[in-house]
Amino acid sequence: MPKVVMRGNEATALGAKLCRPQVIPAYPITPSTMFPERISEYVADGELDTQFVLVESEHSAMSAAIGAAATGVRVTTATASQGLELMHEMLFIASGMRLPIIMAVGNRALSAPINIWCDHQDTISARDCGWIQLYAEKNQEALDLMIMAFKIGEDKRVLLPAMVGLDAFVLTHTMEIVDSPTQEEVDKFLPPYKPDHVYLDPKRPITIGSFGTPEYYTEFRYAQELAMSKEAPKVIDEVFKEWERTFGRKYQMVTGFECKDADIIFVTMGSMTGTARETVKKLRAAGKKVGLCKITVLRPFPEKDLKEVLGGAKVVAVVDRSLSVGFGGPVYAEIASIFVNDAKKPIIQDFIIGLGGRDILVKDFETIVSKCETTIKTGKPEKVVDWINVNFEPAGVK
Amino acid sequence: MVKVTTGAINYEPASSLKYKTGSWRSMRPTLDESKCKGCQLCFIYCPDSAIVMCERIIDGKPKKKAQINYDYCKGCGICAKECTADAITMSEEVK
Repeated sequence: MPKVVMRGNEATALGAKLCRPQVIPAYPITPSTMFPERISEYVADGELDTQFVLVESEHSAMSAAIGAAATGVRVTTATASQGLELMHEMLFIASGMRLPIIMAVGNRALSAPINIWCDHQDTISARDCGWIQLYAEKNQEALDLMIMAFKIGEDKRVLLPAMVGLDAFVLTHTMEIVDSPTQEEVDKFLPPYKPDHVYLDPKRPITIGSFGTPEYYTEFRYAQELAMSKEAPKVIDEVFKEWERTFGRKYQMVTGFECKDADIIFVTMGSMTGTARETVKKLRAAGKKVGLCKITVLRPFPEKDLKEVLGGAKVVAVVDRSLSVGFGGPVYAEIASIFVNDAKKPIIQDFIIGLGGRDILVKDFETIVSKCETTIKTGKPEKVVDWINVNFEPAGVK
Repeated sequence: MVKVTTGAINYEPASSLKYKTGSWRSMRPTLDESKCKGCQLCFIYCPDSAIVMCERIIDGKPKKKAQINYDYCKGCGICAKECTADAITMSEEVK
């Protein structure tokens, strides 16, 4: 397998290309612009035989993706931030019509104020759209997850779209060594997409996007829920295991690091995981019982796996790179929900950090640990939702 | 039990005819065929295609007449409003 130095966007574009998508509608947006750029180069150079559709907005990109996928072909695209939000209503249609469109999302903050840098607000805001959500820690994962996403989403037990999140700039524009599978290897791993439920055939006319009256709607939603919560976890597990057997790289919905005897466990998503891991190594060397729990799959929500990894901790420190204004961290809410009916449970604290691309450093994770240590001593967190690195002074109106 | 298809795909197209929307009606149009001139205005304006034109033999000659399909007529009253011959009257639906 060739090792290549590439940016995160190049990894997702290469991953998509290796899956031989037949239609790619895309609209450029920072930090994902490089994806359609690479795709157009692949097409111009004759390396990729696909219908590359230049659209006038992200709403149109997703609409075209849905239209194409409804004819039964493999479709991919990429976006970020405001672009993902402009797609929002179409995201529900893609998942409701059970069209396994695979999309790379360069995780970026939302306006206002305008900000092009990393946080997870965009995909978190699209969390309830019925899409599988995968989060990459590094460029290698961005490439691998992109390819695996097709196999997961297209599985006949699942048939759901999936988005692969990779952190703006930290991954999208940063060069890393990536071990790329060859075309032959991917062809062997991923069979051509041949759906039974929806394809274009004049001999079999069908109606798609039809009305679902109150007598039927609930059942369609229930079917979607079963595909996501019952079938997708099984399929994800199978695909991750097959990937490991084929390419030697291990993936899990949730990955624990030094969690077995840990008193304090960080919960992270995306590129901050690397920094958290270095902090854990450093603090372990100093004798502190600290662990790390990385979420790779947020939807379907890996409740059982998370409980297994986090159940023994004294304090679970959820590190949220997004915000539900007026509540706190969205990931924190989900982690807390796992233990809601348990008598014995860890204390769960939420740390809002790294919004709009503010760097998350080892010393920030150390601050979180010292706050959690105080919690262990007093038995109660000083603040359940805590903001890290806020230098706030109201300026008012001038 | 409700049988659902994956992605709410309907494998029986044009099946909306099976969904009889006439039950939604609270006002009922009644056509006086003797006044109907067969101009087809109601046929054109009906938003539900609930008016069909048919042929009647009157005084040995074929004449076009409107006919209301109550399976689909929702009772909007547009036909009565557009009719230039006052051939359609609206009254409260009694069921």
